[in-house]
Amino acid sequence: MLEKDLVIVGGGPAGMAAAISAYENGVSDILLLERDQYLGGILNQCVHTSFGISYFKEVLTGPEYSGRFINKVKAIDKIEISLKSFAVNLTKDKILTFIKPGLIQKLKAKALIMATGARERTREMLHIPGARPAGIFSAGLAQKLINIEGLLPGKEVVIAGSGDIGLIMARRFVLEGAKVKAVIEIQKQARGLVRNVVQCVEDFEIPFYLQHKISRIYGKNRVERIDVARVDENFQEIAGTKFQLECDTLLISVGLIPENELIEMAQAKMDKKTNTPVSNELNKTSIAGLFVCGNAFRIYDLVDSVTKDSVLAGRQAAEYLIRGSGRTIPAGLK
Amino acid sequence: MNSYDVAIIGAGAAGASIARELSRYKLNIAVLEKEAECGFGVSKSNSGIIHPGTQNPPNSLKGRLCVQGNILTRSIAKELGVDFQEAGELIVIFDERDLPRLLELKREAEALAVPELRIVDRGWLKENEPNLSPEARLALYAPTAGIISPYRLVYALCENAVRNGVEIHTQAKVENIISLSPARELNARFEIVTLKGTFRASYVINAAGLYADDLSRMAGIDDFTIRPRKGEEFILDKKKQNLTRHLLFPLPSKTSKGILVIRTADGNPMVGPTAEDAKDKDDLSTSDEGLKKVFSSVKRLVPAIDEADIIAYFAGLRPVAGEDFIIRYEDKAPGFINVAGIQSPGLTAAPAIARMVCAMLKKNGLNLRKKIIFHSKRKKPIHLFNIPLSKTQRFIRKDASFGDIVCRCELVSAREVSDAIAGGARTLDGIKFRTRAQGGRCHGTFCTTRLMKILSQETNTPLTAVSKRGLGSEIVKEERTP
Repeated sequence: MLEKDLVIVGGGPAGMAAAISAYENGVSDILLLERDQYLGGILNQCVHTSFGISYFKEVLTGPEYSGRFINKVKAIDKIEISLKSFAVNLTKDKILTFIKPGLIQKLKAKALIMATGARERTREMLHIPGARPAGIFSAGLAQKLINIEGLLPGKEVVIAGSGDIGLIMARRFVLEGAKVKAVIEIQKQARGLVRNVVQCVEDFEIPFYLQHKISRIYGKNRVERIDVARVDENFQEIAGTKFQLECDTLLISVGLIPENELIEMAQAKMDKKTNTPVSNELNKTSIAGLFVCGNAFRIYDLVDSVTKDSVLAGRQAAEYLIRGSGRTIPAGLK
Repeated sequence: MNSYDVAIIGAGAAGASIARELSRYKLNIAVLEKEAECGFGVSKSNSGIIHPGTQNPPNSLKGRLCVQGNILTRSIAKELGVDFQEAGELIVIFDERDLPRLLELKREAEALAVPELRIVDRGWLKENEPNLSPEARLALYAPTAGIISPYRLVYALCENAVRNGVEIHTQAKVENIISLSPARELNARFEIVTLKGTFRASYVINAAGLYADDLSRMAGIDDFTIRPRKGEEFILDKKKQNLTRHLLFPLPSKTSKGILVIRTADGNPMVGPTAEDAKDKDDLSTSDEGLKKVFSSVKRLVPAIDEADIIAYFAGLRPVAGEDFIIRYEDKAPGFINVAGIQSPGLTAAPAIARMVCAMLKKNGLNLRKKIIFHSKRKKPIHLFNIPLSKTQRFIRKDASFGDIVCRCELVSAREVSDAIAGGARTLDGIKFRTRAQGGRCHGTFCTTRLMKILSQETNTPLTAVSKRGLGSEIVKEERTP
């Protein structure tokens, strides 16, 4: 069976930072798997600015931020990059199977870093009653449609939830000429960063309803309107507060779930509530040599934090490999 | 104008079964479907149970057809490469005072020749259905109950019918039926005006589901009404696929078989349906009340069921025309056959309905001559999720696009999506029903754009025309203006 010292699953900011860090700390046989046709992950669709303020002390767009890592990773010949490559199976012995066009490959990794990111919570998890027409998108999918595919999902938009992607998409839709009718948040406070509430919602005078929920969706083929109601402390609808908004699009932005199905498949201990592996130390799992970083480890507000976390994971994997090879760990690991 | 021997209105389970059965004979057949794809009406929300024949009124037509259909479905599924699992069903009682009612159900079913029925006790239930409530006392066990994917069965029937020469016209909503009397020529007793043009046919079979009453009225037969009865269903995470082994039923009520704990052909537990009379034939909305009703009811059967495991929910409408099916040759409109009120157990009964309709056609003058070559088999579509990883290499070697993964949650490749489109998928829902892409835990967040592009390329339509389930449900409004 093919063997690799270190396999990293995910070529977004987390995976790239981990790969570079592992290389800089002495690992020389690294395979980086990315399921998309490009490196960069979700940052590719984040064309807005405000990335890198903490890590680079500069204000960058998403593609600019990821571009710095893409250039660096590509310049290191010890990092083999495999695109369009889907990891489909992982065992507790760190045998990984991935599929790419024309190939299914099984390999044994001495160490693995899972940088698989997160997925968005969906309408199905919210149990919003009513119709199930076209026009309901996760905020991230709407972002991809506009920024990557050049398509406008809708013209009259309501945003359910106030996660950062939802807030950013409120501004994005306005800039695209659509009307954003409301942002509706069931909690007492916004979920996203204050700066996004100010810059993406308040500055554009978009109505922002806290302690409200969408209680029904209408529309036969396409979303036509929704019911909104105020909720009490227990998130129950308060009678007599219901009103309707006409819209053709409903975005769902109610948080992210770390994507750790491969780690679960490998039978590492999981915290079912957070969908993250249980371990005593940062970036580790209950399986020795299986590491996790970035949003798969914990949902971060800023990509800068993802990078720092992933640099640490790369170093931990390097330490693990050096120990395993019987060498002593050199002082001054980066 | 094209003339046909037979026009079938509606490409649901009944219409598709009739089309496939008739395609054995030397006939020109057209199927007229109002939706963008086959099976998009009543059938797509069917629960997928192949009923054994229990819980039907004694001496009913639907009871008889159900028992026959249970047998026929097995061979059809095999011929058409559709998975059929014999799961068996349990009708459960919690109070021994209900035993007489259970025995009555058993007697009624035996009168319809439902095989292998028996009453099982607490000990049997504990051993064979461990998650069933310990309060369940006894059950009527019907081992011949099964599970099938309702839409994959309809697609398979339609693909096979087309292979055998049937024409299927989608988005061909029937606007009017004109009886040409006296018949101008043999092939033209009826003129059917649709949104896709006018069709002439010698025989018309009305299998129009919820709208069968409207269609029948167009032909001058106005003695029944279809009342929609809504059912809400909830699908649970596949991680819970070992929750139950059998299909679990409570004692049936007058209007429905009750709220059930079953599983889908893909292995997800499914709970529901409710049974509420609806006013609107388009109303597929779900409700908080439905959720509450279903979960309070199924938790009595299986206490371990948890709302937190819901991954999808939907509602369907049963086309109710009274107690029984209406399947009859209309002497007042010679050449017109009604296949109406096909509610539960319609999916099970469909192949038997098809045979019954063939016999009616023959009796009423249609010459049924068998084709020399009838393609009875359909190649089973390849789905990576059904294949062990050890065998996947073989397919990827044969076609590299089996290695081009489109859907991460359900492991669906670009090749499977292309095959689905070749088989008739024209919408994102059609792709989902065939391949499961978008049907997993991320609900299409990852794969939607890729699916749109494949659909757009392979059907040569703009991205802005790609829809969820047909006209009016386009995914995006327009291209961005730079």
